[in-house]
Amino acid sequence: MTESQPLLSARAVTKVFPGTVALDKVDFTLHAGEVHALLGENGAGKSTLIKCLTGAYRRDSGEIVLDGRAIDPRNTLEAQSFGIGTVYQEVNLLPNLSVAENLYLGHQPTRWGLITGAAMKAGARRTLSQYGLDIDVSRNLEEFSVAVQQVVAIARAVSLSGKVLILDEPTASLDAQEVRLLFDVVRSLKERGLGIVFISHFLDQVFEISDRITVLRNGRLVGTQMAAELDRVNLVNMMLGRELVEETRQSGRTERPDGPPLIRFSNFGRAGKIAPFDLDIRKGEVIGVAGLLGSGRTETAEVLFGVSAHDSGSAVEGEETLPLGTPRNAIAHGFGFCPEDRKSDGIIGDLSVRENIVLALQARLGWTRPVPAREQAAMAEEFIGRLDIRTPNAEKPVGQLSGGNQQKVILARWLATNPRFLILDEPTRGIDVGAHAEIIRLIEELCEQGMALLVISSELDELVAYSHRVIVVRDRHHVAELAGEDITTDNMVAAIAAPEREDA
Amino acid sequence: MSAAGHLLRRIAPQLVTLAATLLLIAIVFPGFFEISIANGRLYGSPIDILNRGAPVALLAIGMTLVIATKGIDLSVGAVMAICGAVAAAAITSGMGLVATLALALGAGLACGLWNGLLVSVLGIQPIVATLILMVAGRGIAQLITEGAILTFSNEGLIFIGSGAFFSVPMPVLIWVLAGALVALVVRRSALGMLIEAIGINRRASTLAGINARVLLIAVYMASGLCAALAGIIAAADIRGADANNAGLWLELDAILAVVIGGTSLLGGRFSILASLIGAMIIQAVNTGILLSGFPPEYNLIIKAAIILVILVMQSPAVRTTLIFLRRDKTSSQSETEPVVQ
Repeated sequence: MTESQPLLSARAVTKVFPGTVALDKVDFTLHAGEVHALLGENGAGKSTLIKCLTGAYRRDSGEIVLDGRAIDPRNTLEAQSFGIGTVYQEVNLLPNLSVAENLYLGHQPTRWGLITGAAMKAGARRTLSQYGLDIDVSRNLEEFSVAVQQVVAIARAVSLSGKVLILDEPTASLDAQEVRLLFDVVRSLKERGLGIVFISHFLDQVFEISDRITVLRNGRLVGTQMAAELDRVNLVNMMLGRELVEETRQSGRTERPDGPPLIRFSNFGRAGKIAPFDLDIRKGEVIGVAGLLGSGRTETAEVLFGVSAHDSGSAVEGEETLPLGTPRNAIAHGFGFCPEDRKSDGIIGDLSVRENIVLALQARLGWTRPVPAREQAAMAEEFIGRLDIRTPNAEKPVGQLSGGNQQKVILARWLATNPRFLILDEPTRGIDVGAHAEIIRLIEELCEQGMALLVISSELDELVAYSHRVIVVRDRHHVAELAGEDITTDNMVAAIAAPEREDA
Repeated sequence: MSAAGHLLRRIAPQLVTLAATLLLIAIVFPGFFEISIANGRLYGSPIDILNRGAPVALLAIGMTLVIATKGIDLSVGAVMAICGAVAAAAITSGMGLVATLALALGAGLACGLWNGLLVSVLGIQPIVATLILMVAGRGIAQLITEGAILTFSNEGLIFIGSGAFFSVPMPVLIWVLAGALVALVVRRSALGMLIEAIGINRRASTLAGINARVLLIAVYMASGLCAALAGIIAAADIRGADANNAGLWLELDAILAVVIGGTSLLGGRFSILASLIGAMIIQAVNTGILLSGFPPEYNLIIKAAIILVILVMQSPAVRTTLIFLRRDKTSSQSETEPVVQ
């Protein structure tokens, strides 16, 4: 690999969205004949960087140089003509057209203005044979497996652009054999001198295929390293945060509250989501959940809250078995859940701050017992003050607030229901530092008041700061439970990074 | 700002449009605003608008709730035909007035339940789900009337279509009361907020514990009930059930009334009062064209043109421009004017 002249280099690329800096002066270089993995949790800035490279977004500052020439693609079509092609996880080709038509869509071979089907089919067969694919190109794309569709998408992207190929989670829906097929294609393209950007959250695959690895976190570059020189533990360390400088605690809290468990989940799970697990929750206890994206951490929360109903095990409170099949049931038993994706699962954007805060309480009371207007206003004012929600007034549509304030509104929504057990999925993701510290303080405060909390976070230091116990999730299994002094970032990283699943 | 102030601001565009439409008619037809009382009943063109607009106004009440949930109900015209047919069949078979009305309203609720189940339990897109009953409904109505126009002469039933109570025509009384009742229930209970929440973000609403499934069924049933009332009035008015023509194309007028009323087809914030004013605007346009003596073949084109103007006035692009213009003029006085409506 030549270090002299990178094929593609991005310098100090910055992209700002209202309320957040999605990319903060990120550098990225790609050489010809290289597979370069781009890693990071949700919201780390991977997709934003890709979208700036492919012209889906215009960057706010920084420069992108391709083949020694500064480029500024205004849309994906222009990026394609420069030589940058992208294949997404969801193949975005046309399933009801033939393979050949998909390959040649927009630039069909023509004679006297008419499309020549025969030439197109021959060309398609020739193109695909380079990828070791011998299929009937006149059949519709949807008749083939996702892997084949993926290869067709790659073939199309390469034939249109031919310098840089960006693969955005291409293996997410493939089985092991299909992954091998795809990787063979990637290797052959690499030999042909293409620069390939590979995005995935499967670490095994990353190590298998990549030459170099770049890690982003919270919109900033953490580092770029040769894959051969990086081990899994270091990689996980780079991906998960160690952000809280002011926090001095090195291991988890030891004063775990004793007494009988509030609710005892045994053999609780759902096929395809999370393997059955046992979990006791106590009053005044914070249980942390650590794991990588897609490991089963969010699924754990969703099964507990009934978003996807459990199909094994039971939840027992004292002698009574709790029916927890739906969110409504869970809420009736004093559960609350702040989901990871605030925009699609949390806020009701057009409703006011006040209405968003009252919503869960109102839903529990039922439509016939409205919370009186005066009480609603008082409740909104109380939480705006207590959680320091920055809004001009309680009647502002919540969609117009910043991410951190939206998060506080959803927290307020659950606190208004006075829950016994609150589940927080990534409560501090994508919010500014000030709000971040306030939410952590709130978690500790709620726990002191006797609430039981389950907090999912990819910021490991944060988990150390407030957890009494930490559950480590990998490959949709609860693989380890750390308590008290054993809760350290090193122990968590070791459990997350362990390559094979062996029961801890 | 006070609640009344908010309401006035919300319905101001509709009120202005209605006033402009009426004024325009009055210019073309000077005697327009004359109202008289004869035989214990109010007469005159404005009363006629209120009276003739009853079916669309009733449909618009239910349609507003359905659209607020991000749905649509194409079947209401056909449900009118079914319920009119049920009422006619019941009364001609010798049933009492109360039983007849109960049966017809029950038929409307059943139609709504069917739509609601398709949308909320089976998850079929509302436009497709209600299209089924829109197509099948007239067939069902024809089966009930056995293909003929089923006429009746029961005074009680006819009174609903052409009678008057304290000089106010019955249809007017029914839609005003129904509108007031639904608006009151929806806003005095938490129903309005919950409906808006599921229309804006159904997934987030479900996670917050709202029973979206039951609420969706309820709004479609409300729509069915409103259609049943409209169907009874339409049948009583002509003293017979016409399965082919009762409520024909009225679902489109009802949707239009809701849109003129400013409720977004994408769901969310709604105003029943604004939809009712929308329904009256549509009827005023209809009546105005008739009064002005244009050849009838121009009617639909003129109506379409007027509605186009109304909708263009309300389009986001034009609104933004208007707000900018107004701001330029009044920026010195009203700094606190919110830009979003």
